Amino acid sequence: MTQTITLNVNGQALKAQAEPRTLLVHMLRDELNLTGTQVGCDTSQCGACTVLLDGRAVKSCSVLAVQAEGHKITTIEGLARDGTLHPVQQAFWEKHGLQCGFCTPGFVMTTVELLRDNPDPTEDEIRHALEGNVCRCTGYQNIVAAVRSAASALRGSRRPGAAVSGG
Amino acid sequence: MATLFGSGIKRREDPRLLTGRGTYTDDVKLPGMLYAAFVRSPFAHARVRSVETKRAKKVAGVVAVYTGQDTKDRVNPVPCAWNVPNCDLRTPPHPLLAYEKVRYVGDAVAMVVAESRAAARDGVDLVDVDYEPLDAVVNPEKATGKEAPQLHADVPGNVAFTWKVSGGDPAKTFAEAAVKVELRLLQPRLQPTALEPRAAVATWNDAMGQLTLWVTSQNPHIHRFLCSVMLKVPEHKIRVVAPDVGGGFGSKIPGYADEALVCFAAMDLKRPVKWTEDRSENYKVTIHGRDHVEYVELCGTKDGTITGLRTRVYAGLGAYASTAAPGIPTILHGLMYSGPYTIPNIEGTVYGVYTTTTPVDAYRGAGRPEATYLIERLVEVYARKIKMDPVVVRRKNLIPKDKFPYTVATGITYDSGDYQGALDKALGMLDYKAFRAEQAKARKQGRYLGVGVTTYCEICGLGPSQVAGAVGFGGGLYDSAVVRVYPTGVVRVYIGGKPHGQGEETTFAQIVADEFGIPIENIEIVAGDTEATPQGWGTYGSRTTAVGGPAVKLAADRVKEKAKKLAAHLLEASEADLEWKDGKFVVRGSPDQAKTFGDLALMANVAWNMPPGVEPGLEASAFYDPSNFVFPFGTHICTVEVDVETGRVKILRYIAVDDCGPQINPMLVEGQVHGGVVQGLGEALQEIAVYDEDGQLLTGTMMDYAVPRASQMPKIETASTVTPSPVNPLGVKGIGETGTIASVPTVVNAVCDALAPLGITHIDKPLTPATVWAAIQQAKGGAR
Amino acid sequence: MIPAAFEYTRARSLADALKAAGTRGTKVIAGGQSLVPLLRFRLAQPSVVVDIGHLPQLQGIKRAKQGTVIGAATTYRDLLDSKLLHNTHPIIAETTAGIGDRQVRNRGTIGGGLAHADPASDMPAVVLALDAVLTLQSRRGKRSVPARKFFKGPFATAMKKDELLTEILLPFLPQGAGTAYESFEQAASGYALVGVAAVVAVSGGAVTHAAVGITGLADTPFFAASAAKLIGRTPNKEILRAAAAAAVEGVSANEDIHASAEYRLHLARVAVRKALTTAAGRAG
Repeated sequence: MTQTITLNVNGQALKAQAEPRTLLVHMLRDELNLTGTQVGCDTSQCGACTVLLDGRAVKSCSVLAVQAEGHKITTIEGLARDGTLHPVQQAFWEKHGLQCGFCTPGFVMTTVELLRDNPDPTEDEIRHALEGNVCRCTGYQNIVAAVRSAASALRGSRRPGAAVSGG
Repeated sequence: MATLFGSGIKRREDPRLLTGRGTYTDDVKLPGMLYAAFVRSPFAHARVRSVETKRAKKVAGVVAVYTGQDTKDRVNPVPCAWNVPNCDLRTPPHPLLAYEKVRYVGDAVAMVVAESRAAARDGVDLVDVDYEPLDAVVNPEKATGKEAPQLHADVPGNVAFTWKVSGGDPAKTFAEAAVKVELRLLQPRLQPTALEPRAAVATWNDAMGQLTLWVTSQNPHIHRFLCSVMLKVPEHKIRVVAPDVGGGFGSKIPGYADEALVCFAAMDLKRPVKWTEDRSENYKVTIHGRDHVEYVELCGTKDGTITGLRTRVYAGLGAYASTAAPGIPTILHGLMYSGPYTIPNIEGTVYGVYTTTTPVDAYRGAGRPEATYLIERLVEVYARKIKMDPVVVRRKNLIPKDKFPYTVATGITYDSGDYQGALDKALGMLDYKAFRAEQAKARKQGRYLGVGVTTYCEICGLGPSQVAGAVGFGGGLYDSAVVRVYPTGVVRVYIGGKPHGQGEETTFAQIVADEFGIPIENIEIVAGDTEATPQGWGTYGSRTTAVGGPAVKLAADRVKEKAKKLAAHLLEASEADLEWKDGKFVVRGSPDQAKTFGDLALMANVAWNMPPGVEPGLEASAFYDPSNFVFPFGTHICTVEVDVETGRVKILRYIAVDDCGPQINPMLVEGQVHGGVVQGLGEALQEIAVYDEDGQLLTGTMMDYAVPRASQMPKIETASTVTPSPVNPLGVKGIGETGTIASVPTVVNAVCDALAPLGITHIDKPLTPATVWAAIQQAKGGAR
Repeated sequence: MIPAAFEYTRARSLADALKAAGTRGTKVIAGGQSLVPLLRFRLAQPSVVVDIGHLPQLQGIKRAKQGTVIGAATTYRDLLDSKLLHNTHPIIAETTAGIGDRQVRNRGTIGGGLAHADPASDMPAVVLALDAVLTLQSRRGKRSVPARKFFKGPFATAMKKDELLTEILLPFLPQGAGTAYESFEQAASGYALVGVAAVVAVSGGAVTHAAVGITGLADTPFFAASAAKLIGRTPNKEILRAAAAAAVEGVSANEDIHASAEYRLHLARVAVRKALTTAAGRAG
């Protein structure tokens, strides 16, 4: 039996249909066609399904779609504005922080939250913060470099008087 | 115009991937699409007495349930496609759905097709299978024993093949050698864990008799061929599309039963069908890697000259011979026993063995990591035995740079190398002498520091097709490109390979941009769709840059030759008077007399004024078949500290010096090294697939199979040397697998070096704290 | 991995939640970080799932007379962010930083984790060492159960079928006490091969209070009563080493593909020694 779920996804208020057993990630992918969020495991280990729920990074494979009722979801599709990459996306691009790209949306979403909480993380803090995301391609080194670079860019843009870029 | 070859430009594939707008197979959605799910054996070995589907068929939304009995006469088994000759190879059929026996946990018994993912999954729970359990055997050495259960009626002793390699006079050499060392090495099974699980979407056009399959594939043309065999559909009626692919590492090379069954269901039900693997399903069904039990020996002189190497290897194949499986522990392993050294006498015997486990096939490095590991461990133990510095022993035996091309005792010929150069560079980065001094000081304080070195070379850029044929590979190993120039001067390049993270959408465009003097934005690389791309043999064996790259270059050369003809005609000059300058053909001495690539693209495509006898249009194709493999090489060094109280290994520094010839995009080369090294560090330190004696996979989820995480991995220091290959016109060699090949022995050597004061010579990987601690206890004569 | 079908409701009140908790075939969900994976593998197949995660009565961290009170549905993330907890029980943040990963901590709740009672989860060791008191509520009423009587086995607790864990009281630490959490993680899951929480108070160079909770080692997280023998002693190297040995004496240790029983026991001794040493160092 499906239920109607009212929620806000990437700034847009909408209604979706889902069975109670539907995982948030499957609703995003199958019902809302937001296929940027991926499923890489079934034990909440890999983080490919990471989205922001009310601004907090969560694994959308471990949240029931019905639990998102009334909440705000941000997916990878909601980051770039008017064709301009979010500074985190831009940094992953510049630092070659992705290869096959499958884990990338999850890493980007986790990083967006991390840098909001900690604008200038050390390398150790970054590696610890990314524990919930698995990448099999990059060996993480360029991901760490990308996070540092994004942090620096975001700090720059947050200086008084500087334009605020991205979400 | 600055050349792009050699420039670390940003990747062109990234914007779509970074914004979640890539298309992976599970992202493909078709109207009226059904979903498949599989009933899989919970037993490692059992007779299938009956499969009852009645209850499943009643589940709301279930459209069909298929069993082995339903499908066996309508489809063919999964074929093995690397039939290595002269080894008495036996490859019993692997039915798409088991109907007599299941031979590993995860072997498919039935397929449920339903209107939703959930309904298909519900149906799986209600298929009742009556199994009669049989004995399991999971260890390849044990499987050859008299007591072991027999998996296949016509494979006595479970031995799929006995393959031998020999060069020089190993028997005499060993008999007369002054120094001999031997080891029993385990190279445990690994679970590849491409982050994207496998998936397939199939649709059947009944009127045209055409099948389209979107599939997670490293080699869509091979999948087209394999599907044709399994489904009895002519090859030209099958279109295989590998869209964005989320990593492969070898696991998306083979043909699989489930992918073919999705096609079968689409054909039978005349509706599109999708199936996507769960990770826990992936761990049971998608191929594993490695799985060797090895008895290895090395002999040499007292002053460090290696004279012989001998092996006896039990290579687990799992329950069936997967697509390329027989070639991995033989051609890609046994032929590399000389490594980078001048070892004149070599003998190897490799038994391919069936066990009641998931099939084993190519996994990053495929055979070469296993070879490099056994050589590098032996060299280390030999050096210790003769009390020489292992670096000195290596240096003494490396093939000198003026000896290339160099034919090793196993019969293959290495293309080019400067092994000492890479070694010197790596040692310099570490300051090896200083570290040895630091180590000596630390030992006095009761701290255990170690340094591990690996000098390696590997075989890749697979490979001449003639050799492929001679070694039983069921296909060619050339690659291909079509370069098509549009009237407005933009270019598409269709390639036979299927990159899935390696970045050839960028590097191949760099080649073409240089060639035509046009902005890279005007070039698009197209891969993965058999309908659009020329016959190719896929992306694996570090072959796409080394074999596909030259194909792109050749096709572009042909386009340019034709453009030059046209330019000469339009400029009323002879071709000999034209020169290519700043993206234009210019009449020598008359800089105003010029035609840009764009001018020529237009004129060729409208064909208003073609030279006599020259066809309209501007496109060319090339099929490039290399004259030899390529042999990248390098030196990796790692320093560690071992906490002997807990067994924990801490990597202090990791240095990788690799030589893949000229680098098209150094940023991407470095990325391949990082990823490859970390994959090897996983193998060395924490990854292992574990079966219990009943054949149950105990590492069946990511809760138990330890894929490396950011917080567990060190920073990697990279550098390179550049020794072009004479094999191909770009001089390039592969770099996708070197990191994995080199890093495993490097780390194990370092840990064994650290623990040398305790008398430890070898610990089997992975070197988890528990394993290292147990080895220390044993060495101390404690419990265990 | 798709759960078997169930119905879902959101409890409108605590009373509503308690009513649901007593119903056969019903599971409550808050953060879902333990339950959803079970549902996906169909290891749990409830007919109804009742969401209690949003109930205000189950949220928050407050100072009470006897200590700090944490609502059961408070997320790990909120534990990490709590200034109050940092002041009263810094071991909570120290431990929580290593639970799951960032995303799991954002969603997972302390009560959910404790009620799930995974024998390798970290928090049980801490509530044991702190002598926390858990409030269990049902339609029949409310009762308090000391953490030291709460864990009954792997995934088994003192909770009755109709009870909900509603809050956790962490008594104030003894005057001058130091705390520490030491663990060794299983590389794949991040769960503890062994985790040890220690509380040590020292006065005039002698131990006045010592408590140790151990997780991961045995099939049930346990309170190592022998630590109390440290009282009156000087917390030097030898004494703490002996205390560590005593703490795991006679324990039947878990054995699996990740660690032998022998290795787990060894790690436990190391972890107890380190946790006691650090806690004693922080005391005073």
